[in-house]
Amino acid sequence: MANSTAGRLKTANTTPEVNAMSVVAPALGWLIPGAGHIIQRRWIRGLLLLVSITSLFVLGVMMQGRIYRPNGGDILDMLGFIGDIGAGGLYIVTRGMDWGQGAIARATADYGTKFMIVAGLLNLIAVADAYHIAIGKKS
Amino acid sequence: MTLELGHFSAAFVFALFASIVFAITHRDGTREMVSYGLYCFAMFLGGVLVAGWAMWLLRR
Repeated sequence: MANSTAGRLKTANTTPEVNAMSVVAPALGWLIPGAGHIIQRRWIRGLLLLVSITSLFVLGVMMQGRIYRPNGGDILDMLGFIGDIGAGGLYIVTRGMDWGQGAIARATADYGTKFMIVAGLLNLIAVADAYHIAIGKKS
Repeated sequence: MTLELGHFSAAFVFALFASIVFAITHRDGTREMVSYGLYCFAMFLGGVLVAGWAMWLLRR
């Protein structure tokens, strides 16, 4: 009896604390890379994430990489879209400005496409990290 | 503005930024972050060099 009560208390203590920050930080972090950390006063980490993810994405655009659209056709296109959409605001701006058309004739443009996908996926990892900080799972 | 990076330059830039993000998101303390970031960077570039030499050997 006493053991089961202690067990329940232990479980209750390790349950993540869900608060407003645990919703705001990931959402903001998705929209602006690193902002989820900056809003939680992890200044240096946030700035490094902002610079790294944004640079990778912008370099991809400058290398004339292709940005994927939610066309629902080819499975690889859909996977590319999932990667790209992870970049949040960067993806929205790129689509809005009609950049990222993709230059098939250039070999390095394919690198640019991969740069943008990876930047989006890295941003999703950063979003998860911001959530873990918000719920107190990580310092 | 168009940018053309060579194979190694692209791999270098990719390794640098990916290592920074991995280090920040996968480790807790500053010291652990730095050492893990350097480890990831070395693995990325080491992998590129090993794969490059392997392809060169296969081609011969």
